[in-house]
Amino acid sequence: MKKTHDLTHPRKPRSILSFFLRMMCLFAVTFLGGCSEMVLFDPKGPVGETERFVILTAFALMLIVVIPVFIMAYWFSRKYRATNTKAPYDPKWSYSGKIEFVIWVIPAIIVTCLGILTWNTTFRLDPYKPLDSAVKPITIEVVSLDWKWLFIYPEENIAVVSEVVFPADTPLNFRLTSDTVMTSFFIPQLGSQIYAMAGMTSRLHLLANEPGTYAGQNQQFSGFGYANMTFKAIATSPEHFAAWVQEVKKSPKKLDPARYRELVKPTTGYPVTYFSSSTPDLFNSIIATYHDSSHEDSGAMDGRHGSMPNTHSQQGD
Amino acid sequence: MFGRLTLSAMYHEDLIVMAAVAGSLAMGLALVVMITYKRKWTYLWTEWLTSLDHKRIGIMYICLALVMMLRGIADALMMRVQQAVAVGTSYGYLGPDHFNQIFTAHGTIMIIFVAMPFLSGLMNIVVPLQIGARDVAFPFLNSVSFWLTAAGALLVMVSLGVGEFSKAGWSGYSPMTEMNISPDSGVDYWLWSMQIAGLGSLLTSINFIVTIMNMRAPGMTLMRMPIFTWNALCTSVLILFAFPVLTAALAMVTFDRYMDMHFFSNTHGGNLMMYVNLFWMWGHPEVYIVVLPAFGIFSEVTPTFSGKPLFGYTSMVFATIAITFLSFGVWLHHFFTMGAGPAVNFFFGFATMIIAIPTGVKIFNWLFTMYRGRIRFTSPMYWTVGFITAFAVGGMTGVLLASPPANFVLHNSLFLIAHFHNVLIAGALFGYFAGFTYWFPKAFGFTLSEKWGKRAFWSWIIGFYLAFFPLYALGFMGMPRRMLHYDNPAWRPYLLLAAAGAALILFGIICQMIQLIVSIRQRLANRDLTGDPWNGRTLEWSTASPPPFYNFARIPTVHGIDAFNDMKEKKIAYRKPDRYEDIHMPRNTAYGFINGMLAFVFGFAMIWHIWWLALFSAAGLLFAIIARASDDNIHTTVPAAEVERIEQEHYRQVSAYQRSARQAQRRKFSGR
Amino acid sequence: MTTEARGIAATPHEAFAEHDVSAGQAFGFWLYLMSDLVLFSALFATFAVLAHSFAGGPTGKDIIHLPYVFGETMLLLFSSGTCGLAMLNMYAGRRTPVLAWLAVTFVLGFGFILMELHEFRTLIVDGHGPDRSAYLSAFFTLIGTHGLHVASGLIWMAVMINQVIVKGLTIPVQSRLMRLSMFWHFLDIVWVAVFTVVYLMGVL
Repeated sequence: MKKTHDLTHPRKPRSILSFFLRMMCLFAVTFLGGCSEMVLFDPKGPVGETERFVILTAFALMLIVVIPVFIMAYWFSRKYRATNTKAPYDPKWSYSGKIEFVIWVIPAIIVTCLGILTWNTTFRLDPYKPLDSAVKPITIEVVSLDWKWLFIYPEENIAVVSEVVFPADTPLNFRLTSDTVMTSFFIPQLGSQIYAMAGMTSRLHLLANEPGTYAGQNQQFSGFGYANMTFKAIATSPEHFAAWVQEVKKSPKKLDPARYRELVKPTTGYPVTYFSSSTPDLFNSIIATYHDSSHEDSGAMDGRHGSMPNTHSQQGD
Repeated sequence: MFGRLTLSAMYHEDLIVMAAVAGSLAMGLALVVMITYKRKWTYLWTEWLTSLDHKRIGIMYICLALVMMLRGIADALMMRVQQAVAVGTSYGYLGPDHFNQIFTAHGTIMIIFVAMPFLSGLMNIVVPLQIGARDVAFPFLNSVSFWLTAAGALLVMVSLGVGEFSKAGWSGYSPMTEMNISPDSGVDYWLWSMQIAGLGSLLTSINFIVTIMNMRAPGMTLMRMPIFTWNALCTSVLILFAFPVLTAALAMVTFDRYMDMHFFSNTHGGNLMMYVNLFWMWGHPEVYIVVLPAFGIFSEVTPTFSGKPLFGYTSMVFATIAITFLSFGVWLHHFFTMGAGPAVNFFFGFATMIIAIPTGVKIFNWLFTMYRGRIRFTSPMYWTVGFITAFAVGGMTGVLLASPPANFVLHNSLFLIAHFHNVLIAGALFGYFAGFTYWFPKAFGFTLSEKWGKRAFWSWIIGFYLAFFPLYALGFMGMPRRMLHYDNPAWRPYLLLAAAGAALILFGIICQMIQLIVSIRQRLANRDLTGDPWNGRTLEWSTASPPPFYNFARIPTVHGIDAFNDMKEKKIAYRKPDRYEDIHMPRNTAYGFINGMLAFVFGFAMIWHIWWLALFSAAGLLFAIIARASDDNIHTTVPAAEVERIEQEHYRQVSAYQRSARQAQRRKFSGR
Repeated sequence: MTTEARGIAATPHEAFAEHDVSAGQAFGFWLYLMSDLVLFSALFATFAVLAHSFAGGPTGKDIIHLPYVFGETMLLLFSSGTCGLAMLNMYAGRRTPVLAWLAVTFVLGFGFILMELHEFRTLIVDGHGPDRSAYLSAFFTLIGTHGLHVASGLIWMAVMINQVIVKGLTIPVQSRLMRLSMFWHFLDIVWVAVFTVVYLMGVL
């Protein structure tokens, strides 16, 4: 009878070890080679910095479990393979109180530590919470459209499409909504993303430590033109920002209702466009279009959406 | 007459789609021709399509899963190729409409039409045998469940050629699925295929809970059940309580689309966030539904091939129960970025981290089962060790994502994609492959080629690492998911690596297909004559391979965990009963198949707004249900003499094998 | 009559012989009812979230007429009672009373459905259909899903009446009647919740 199974002579352990070492080197090289591109590990703002800290700390804590798993998987496979008759064989052994204790308690301790870290940072990094800073914040209203981003500066009374410029070291108070499906506003190198949804206001607070141009994108799939729904987030010095505002004010285009209706039409790859003024309270009127005139709505939501407990007081702005 | 179905729905500008349709039709035609040529239609109908035998139904489930996996992998490969080339000025070969359908179909198919049928199939084949039962509690319902799943899969396949599939992602967030944004047939195909298949799964869960609770052999208390059966029970409980939420969510989207209601619309007071909550209230338990059976498989494979009982049986059971409960309390971690507030976010994040504890316990229990064992490295054991290592990484990245601040920068990035593929492939799929190889001889009577199995394993695991670890890096680089095209050239090398990994996985699948062909060719040489090719520990190995349709001529009495190992140690395995009795088994029936096909027609009619056909098929379903419910002649009796004949044949084979094994042993020692 | 699910068989012979099908069927049906409860819970949760999303349309006070709903409730409540009477007669093996009480239950249930259809029709004709607002979508869907279940129960009841006539009170028929009555009582309980959450709380 033809012998088709050779279960007693598995692949040699030494070659498996060298295989895994080679794989790890390959991965390390690949990863490290792209390190500078890993913007999440090169944040340019306090929000991103805290988030990086959370990621790396959690990763390190988890390694306490993962590394022993890898070591044991390799070691046990090698030592207790059937061909190694020298290894002890304990066919009746299937319980150990000590081991049970360790494998329940150690992960529980790790999870508790992670929990404490998570509690602190979740509250600290609540997107709705304004950042601590002596500098006066700048408010930017964000409207996601198909398939572009509209930025309204209510204090400066200007509006921009596909580009957002702001002074560095200045807290940014974003208020976001959508005039289309659900989208997610994200500048990876600065930190947190937040969903922008029609008929609702969400908030995000970010800050850029230094001037620079950062990639911005929509992180929630929204249809045909989703992949091109990128924008540039440019942090400048305060002087440059003031100059930029003046430059925008010189634009012949104004964001009146007709202009806005044209913006709403689905397009992809909309070029950077400056509007020297925008309709007063355009942001709130966009939200209002999703609500009929009724006072009993769970509609216009400021601070928190209605289905979750309102844990914040209204922010006046 | 045909609703909104027109001939233009069957014409697709995209050559790739037309080629796929032509290819699928050609393969289907080839299958039909082959069956006709071999004159197997009657056999197929009487022995398989109308069968209520849980073993046959299980095999059909797995066939469905493997076929749909080919389609799912094709989708994956297309996406990988697209992303490998579509950077900067190049836009690749897929337009947005096509690409968006591909990733939607990929997710829907892999979760609902590969993972669910695969686990249902394995549960079907194994659980009744493991508990010493003759069949499941409701054999007819079992057949209906399978055919409903098949109906859903058929709808997905038809969507390739007739109309199109959804472009809203497998999670179908509102308001993208609303009529004003997605008016075409795509979302409707998604809705009806998921809804119909979901009903099949729900019925399966009821079946298995009753089977496991009611039909265990004498002496098999709950704490003496095999762990795979425990996991099947917990999986079924998860399905029972999670799937109705999906039913409700999909129904509400259906009402929004068909009757202009406003559950999740942007206007008229609709609340899209409610959809997100409902979907993930199902969606999170769903991923545990998919992974728990795989954990159960590892809990069977590891003790068998280590020659030791499972380490920590009791804590394994409690860990599984803990996971079952906890999985209902974590769904919000899928949308931390929707703005729920820090207290709510923290609660769900912490609950998610807590689930990691019982999961970790399981991994250590498997490792300590291997400890001081005598490990035979068969391909199921390869899948197991591959799983243990890779899944640890996947679990780790899951805990990382569970922290809301980390989630805020990683949500919807390729890091997320890498995480869930890590746990789904290296967790669930590797488990299914291990189970497939492990129980294949039980189902078919011969073992699979180990050589090709190991080749498949290495291709899969290297391919998996290559395809998904670059995605972790890309997540840290800020690349979002579902990107048809991107501008940052630094991302490209990683996507090329990922494409190479996908190609390697494809090679792994080819190895698995070759494995099947080679094994079938060599089946006589690899026959499992005793029913126990692996020196197994649980009751299914005490039956012949394949078992007779009634499974057990005499229901065994169980005295502890690992009942069959217990019998072998006490030398009472393979003992003939003193007498045989008549056995009552359910008759075959066409109604399962008919119900499934009527459900398919109903779904198709609803998708295309062919109202008269929908009414007609619904009425047909009602009549079929009433007809079956009015039929009291649904059993048949197998006479004791026939049972005795079948059993004697099996004992003869076992004795012959044992005799020749003893002779070989003697020859070895005498040096001849 | 046993409704308890038996776990392991007491002796090999018992397991060897056909297991108690009815007990398993009842347990399985009970599990289905639990899953149905989850379905209704999802609908209730959605209703709660959308309970004030009037979108300028009518509120609960505008569309709810409590006396009318009270009438519906009485019909359904009494039908549960008559269903119980049918079951008691079934255990006693009295065929004709079973048929009679089932018929009464059917009529009461059918009356409930007619009243509900009338309520829906009036609302739709007045322009307060489920397409008017999210609140109304949830209103119609929650109540309508319950109504669909009741209608299915009525079809089932008609089939059972026919089976009792044709086959008599055989074991399978009794088992099916038992499950039907479980279903019917379950729907009554759900109605109590619907009445409270949708109607009572809608006008308070």
